[in-house]
Amino acid sequence: MTTLNPSPTGLQPILNPQAHHAPGNFITKYIFSTDHKIIAIQFMFTTLLMMIVGGVLALAVRWQLAFPWESMPIVGPWLFAAEGGQISPEFYTMLFTMHATVMIFLVIIPILAGTFGNLLIPLMIGADDMAFPRLNMLSYWFMWPAIACFGMSFAYAGGPAAGWTSYPILADLAQAAPGSGTAQTLWLLGVTFIGFSSMMGSINYMTTIINMRAPGMTFFRLPMTIWGLFITAILQAFALPVLTAGGFMQVTDRLLGTCFFYPSGLVINNAAPTVGGGQALLWQHLFWFYSHPAVYIMLLPVMGMVSDMLSCMCRKPLFGYKPMVISMSAIASLGFIVWGHHMYTSGMNPAVGMAFMVATMMIALPSAVKTFNWTATIWGGKVEFNTVTLNCIAFLSMFIVGGLSGIFMAAVPVDVYFHDTYFIVAHFHYVLFGATLFGVFAAIHFWFPKMFGRMMNEKLGKTHFVLTFIGANGTFFPMHFLGMQGMPRRYADPYLHGYLEHLLPMNQFMTISAIVMGFAQILLFINIFYSMFFGPKAGRNPWNATTLEWTTPSPPGHGNFDFIPMVYHGPNEYAVVNGDKDFLMQTEKECLPSNETVATNTLDET
Amino acid sequence: MGKGWCLFFLFWPVAAVVSCAMAPFVGWSFPYDNAQAASNLGIRIDDLFYIILIVTAIVFVGTQAVLVYALWRGANNREERATNVHGNHKLELIWSIIPGAILLFLAIYQMNIWADFRIKKYYPEAAVKDPLAEVTARQFEWRFRYPAIGKKLQQKPQPDDLYSVNELHVPFGKPVMIQLRSDDVQHSFFLPALRIKQDALPGLQIPVWFEANKPGTYDLVCAELCGWGHYKMKAHVIVQSEDEYQAYLKNLTQKQFYDGLGKIAAKETGTESEAVE
Ligand code: HEM
Ligand SMILES: [Cu+2]
Ligand SMILES: [Cu+2]
Repeated sequence: MTTLNPSPTGLQPILNPQAHHAPGNFITKYIFSTDHKIIAIQFMFTTLLMMIVGGVLALAVRWQLAFPWESMPIVGPWLFAAEGGQISPEFYTMLFTMHATVMIFLVIIPILAGTFGNLLIPLMIGADDMAFPRLNMLSYWFMWPAIACFGMSFAYAGGPAAGWTSYPILADLAQAAPGSGTAQTLWLLGVTFIGFSSMMGSINYMTTIINMRAPGMTFFRLPMTIWGLFITAILQAFALPVLTAGGFMQVTDRLLGTCFFYPSGLVINNAAPTVGGGQALLWQHLFWFYSHPAVYIMLLPVMGMVSDMLSCMCRKPLFGYKPMVISMSAIASLGFIVWGHHMYTSGMNPAVGMAFMVATMMIALPSAVKTFNWTATIWGGKVEFNTVTLNCIAFLSMFIVGGLSGIFMAAVPVDVYFHDTYFIVAHFHYVLFGATLFGVFAAIHFWFPKMFGRMMNEKLGKTHFVLTFIGANGTFFPMHFLGMQGMPRRYADPYLHGYLEHLLPMNQFMTISAIVMGFAQILLFINIFYSMFFGPKAGRNPWNATTLEWTTPSPPGHGNFDFIPMVYHGPNEYAVVNGDKDFLMQTEKECLPSNETVATNTLDET
Repeated sequence: MGKGWCLFFLFWPVAAVVSCAMAPFVGWSFPYDNAQAASNLGIRIDDLFYIILIVTAIVFVGTQAVLVYALWRGANNREERATNVHGNHKLELIWSIIPGAILLFLAIYQMNIWADFRIKKYYPEAAVKDPLAEVTARQFEWRFRYPAIGKKLQQKPQPDDLYSVNELHVPFGKPVMIQLRSDDVQHSFFLPALRIKQDALPGLQIPVWFEANKPGTYDLVCAELCGWGHYKMKAHVIVQSEDEYQAYLKNLTQKQFYDGLGKIAAKETGTESEAVE
């Protein structure tokens, strides 16, 4: 047994820690594993692979916007031989549909809940695994039918072409457009599979967090990461069934002619469907009832992780732990009543739009509170500028922009102009790429030693960060201007319209930035694969962090803890006097507060 | 090295502010060379936009500056330990109440504009009584149906209705209303210069009113993904004086009912309109 470094006190050794966890052979250990850490790693590699796919699709979209109807260098003639190397407008719609689908359903959601949820929940609450390890394994393996459906939809059925929002009638009637046929059915099937996967995950996370916390780990001693993942799991569990139901309705519309979503009297391709009586608006309500909370599903875990990482990297307790928890809960509950802000121009009852507007304005408040708290956490800290810190600050800096542009669109009259223009695209890329992905990059660097027992390379990490940060701002910031000038999204050739003709140079600039950003990701992959095998070995606690996962060996064996963890404090006790250290692990009983903070250290005793 | 990173993080908000300040001068602002909105409601929307812009700009500059300053201090921190604070109730209260109040103000402030734009009770009466035209979106074009001169727009197409494709004529200086429909999938009626946008939903007829305030030819585009040809739903709205508008309608009538023998075909025949496509 390796010695603990630094040695936590108050831990009682488990005599034979891995006794009830059979190691098994290669297949049961690495492929059909029920160990949450292996499942996390499986999720990580799968989602990073999908990130490459989604990224390539994005570059193809950007290529068309910068050099419309020109053949892509090298890949163009090979991919689109039939069109002479050109991207056709049909194919363009499929490209951005698949880009968004892959990024949202196969990258952002599973990388957060799947990778970090799996890795961190048992480790941080002091459990030996998830409550339902087999369900956990299934939740990973359900990603593959989803990937297969999306892949078949794209490669064999011609590709779905109704956007990731899948609005009827385009998505509901096979004859509505090329790409509305079998491809769309497969797409819906894929979303359903990924929904099952998330659902299994979220049930598992909720059960584990509620039932399997180590002795002394009260709710208000949970690390913020766990709060983020916990609240996300609750959101998933309540919102997802609505999308699943909507998806089934769309499938029966398509296959059985139930017409939930299409009204009578349509004339599509000179033919009228013989039935009707539905309403397209219904889909939007069902879809956004899930997909608005989903945007927080894509963000809350990162908010949690960044809180913990920032506090560690600044060697300071998190500023306002309880307000942070409260504002997360507020975001989650308000998140359920603001879905209508995606529908201000949709033709729903305008009075309802007003109610949604007030609620949406209010949801900006907890986001603001969190931003102030993070800044206050840095204030007075001892900041170490390593890759983790840099990515966390990028998260913060870009989240501010994404949050502020949200206010423009929350204002209904202004949104009437900005809706479905590039302003929206700027907004959600600042939040989803700018905030979420930078948070994920930080988290990968931070918890890499727990996954593989080795540290990542700082030089590569910093270069990757700088190129990505510059590339991301260069790509996404000008989108605000495109939106101001009224460029609608999802246009294969905006320059057809007189008032947009002059936007070509700006789009070219953005595309070049996007290419820089895309290629920068190669560094991340090199870093991961290189460090996995050759990185310097990490001890138990390379960051001098305080939470439970750092009391385990790196990487922990099947069964996690070689000691029974007992928890005595909240999660972020930095800047205390504790021998020659400035931090107090959650398992350490003694505490020598630096000044008169005795009271605060026992604040969460309840 | 830490200070270098602070400058790195300082650089980009500065670049953002500079490019935003530049925007109106280099044509990166509202369409048609940053011109004022071409509708009265649009001008009010612009004003609201600028109010929010001022508020958010202050917050943006403030938060980014504090962030970089906090980093700067953190990079220079020579203390053995960081300061041990867990929070501050007073501060928390201040920075919840102030943004809360600002957001609430913005929410209430804009209600009038929204009501005037979308709530039927507040629509201009004249426009409601006498809709200008029916606008039908379909893959991938805009169709317009006007009532015959001197008549009112009927729900059902009439034999003497006037039709045009991808060109809508509108008089300026008075509120007009159109009835928006879609024949097939969802589309969205987007007039950037007038700051008007409304989705066209199959199965519904949605009234949209606006008041153009200066003559000109404006782009009408589709803002809701409607299939592969979404980007090419290219149409124009031609805003002209009432006289010119009437002349246009006369001209349209002439063209549509001209029987090739120098006569305007009798409106009574009632079949011509079917033939026009
Ligand atoms: C916190 C993380 C956030 C995420 C991940 C996020 C993500 C997104 C996404 C993906 C969309 C576009 C959906 C689409 O139409 O395809 C969107 C739209 C929107 N967001 Fe956010 N957002 C976030 C925060 C906010 C905040 C704080 C506000 C308001 C203050 C806000 C207001 C809006 C509004 C009003 C729209 C709809 C605009 C429109 O479609 O016209 N968002 N958001
Ligand atoms: Cu359209
Ligand atoms: Cu369209």
